[in-house]
Amino acid sequence: MQYLPNIIFAIALLLGIGFFVMNIHKLSRNIKLGKDVDRTDRKPERLKNMIKIALGQSKMVKRPFSGFLHIVVYVGFIIINIEVLEIIIDGLFGTHRIFQGVLGNGFYAFLIGTFEILAALVFVAVVIFWLRRNVSNIKRFFSKEMKGWPKNDGNNILYFEMVLMTLFLVMNATDTAFQQAGIGNPISQFIAPLFDGFSAETIHTIERSAWWIHILGILVFLNYLYYSKHLHILLAFPNTYLANLNPKGQFNNLESVTNEVKLMMDPDADPYAAPAEGAEETVPEKFGASDVTDLNWVQLLNSYTCTECGRCTSSCPANLTGKELSPRKIMMDTRDRLEEVGRNIDANGGTFVDDGKQLLNDYIKPEELWACTSCNACVEECPVNIDPLSIIMDMRRYLVMEESAAPQELNMMMTNIENNGAPWQYNQQDRLNWAKED
Amino acid sequence: MTVPTMAEMMAQGKQPEVLFWVGAAGSYDDRAKKISRAFVKILHQANVDFAVLGTEESSTGDAAKRSGNEFLFQMQAMMNIEVLNGYEVKKIVTCDPHSFNTLKNEYPSLGGKYEVFHHTQFIQNLISEGRLKIDDTTLKGKRVTFHDPCYLGRANEVYESPRNLIKRLGVNLTEMKRNKSTALCCGAGGAQMFKEPEKGDKDINVLRTEDALETKPQIIATGCPYCNTMMTDGIKFKEKEAEVLVKDIAELIAEANNL
Repeated sequence: MQYLPNIIFAIALLLGIGFFVMNIHKLSRNIKLGKDVDRTDRKPERLKNMIKIALGQSKMVKRPFSGFLHIVVYVGFIIINIEVLEIIIDGLFGTHRIFQGVLGNGFYAFLIGTFEILAALVFVAVVIFWLRRNVSNIKRFFSKEMKGWPKNDGNNILYFEMVLMTLFLVMNATDTAFQQAGIGNPISQFIAPLFDGFSAETIHTIERSAWWIHILGILVFLNYLYYSKHLHILLAFPNTYLANLNPKGQFNNLESVTNEVKLMMDPDADPYAAPAEGAEETVPEKFGASDVTDLNWVQLLNSYTCTECGRCTSSCPANLTGKELSPRKIMMDTRDRLEEVGRNIDANGGTFVDDGKQLLNDYIKPEELWACTSCNACVEECPVNIDPLSIIMDMRRYLVMEESAAPQELNMMMTNIENNGAPWQYNQQDRLNWAKED
Repeated sequence: MTVPTMAEMMAQGKQPEVLFWVGAAGSYDDRAKKISRAFVKILHQANVDFAVLGTEESSTGDAAKRSGNEFLFQMQAMMNIEVLNGYEVKKIVTCDPHSFNTLKNEYPSLGGKYEVFHHTQFIQNLISEGRLKIDDTTLKGKRVTFHDPCYLGRANEVYESPRNLIKRLGVNLTEMKRNKSTALCCGAGGAQMFKEPEKGDKDINVLRTEDALETKPQIIATGCPYCNTMMTDGIKFKEKEAEVLVKDIAELIAEANNL
């Protein structure tokens, strides 16, 4: 019977991690529903981006106040994982504060002391985040797309962190031996007196409960990630590594179109030629994107990485002037639709069964797409290099090339380019007139 | 004004140093034509051997591409590339950041590889090579603010050459609160120039003009014909046209040098 806690711990750990791994598989499967895109080039540059932007938080601090608070929570998160490692070893082998013996009192005191200070700082930062989200007047936290789950999700994460930090400090405060040793308890020593009147047994029960709820809480939080915008703590790394390295103004030249255009412009091409003997029957490629499976997998990864901070939307000129477009909503819609497609595949034994819905119209309206000035402000702002503009452009391509559904004025502009070589209705023969006037 | 064409050059067996890509706005738009002429005056003053395509030039396809018509864009691109490669063009300069971006970034994979300059970069090179001087007395002390074009700034990270030129004018350059990588769009990019804006509570060019007016400028300097139009319209909307001028950097240089 004495091994019962260890066995329960091992089962909880296996279940927690197992469920998480299962969801990661699903995540990876969903991302792979996207079209292929090659991001294997320029590896040193990619690595540098990842280190600078994801690890070094260089784009976060462009807004210094939230950037600084975010770094506190981020550093706290990373360093406290060492403590989690100790908890796991203790839990599995029935030891208690195994690192104290292994690392020696001095270093252990330094480590745990640092964790305690970080835990307190994280708690404060998270409370400020909560106030910013719920009380202060920061527009990006109160936009249309931030109602319901997105709002609750943001708060849930903060509550999780508050509770986990509190449990960690209470666990230390009620560890009588740890308090008596007086090592590494710079914060918890002030919490310990709260339990002065309690019996030794009660204090021990509180310590054990805090310890258990803390580690179970961490396992639950781990599994919450997949359902939450908090997934960015993992995906920010691949996302910055795989981000587009070309100049922001350079849009890809669709290869499928190049082939068609070359054929059209080649005077020797026979438009009625039968496909070569043995050539594979290929379904003509769809131009542009109307659903998530038309997007490439980096765009889909982008949508899972988005943490809905809204920095993109708050810098979008269309959004700032009251238009429908919100780059954040584009990313959230893409993720929501991708999740829906994923659930459809799961429910239908591994194949997607047409549900009569798509990203375009059911999630994103053409009005949103046509409001974009392609100015790249959203791309520049994103702290983890998400590119909402590329999705907007791919969907515009679908609207124009598959549906001929551009606004009338743009159709006129395109006709003019086609006929006169200029977006306006002028004669190409008049192109040099400007040189003769003065 | 003498503006030689590539065809004339070829007939004389000459290959100019640089091709001036005028762009549709620079060719047809009354306001932008002034920018083209100002730039040509600068080229003449610096004795630059240049030529234009003239009637052989066609839309780069930028507006088509950004409105989603990849077909039309690539057809334009391939026709232009055929003409440019036919003349063995190596170097291109343009006053239009949209043409600049498209020629520089999107033509290469379709077979058009050129060294492409925005006119502010090109003029800066002329100065550093000692071929051009800017008179810093004519506009001395004027309050100037510069509006970064998205397709020059964020899209290609060219922030310094326009500022460098403005400072050489001897003027007082003040920055808007949103500048360089955080600059606000004028509202014309992504083919918005050619359509009414979607419904909202304000036009983007008005918001950007408000950014500019906060710096109390006498001149709003631009580096893009479309930005120029949008800011000019914004100034008219705010009824400030008596106090604030909107000028392209090329026009300011031509004016400073009494060209």
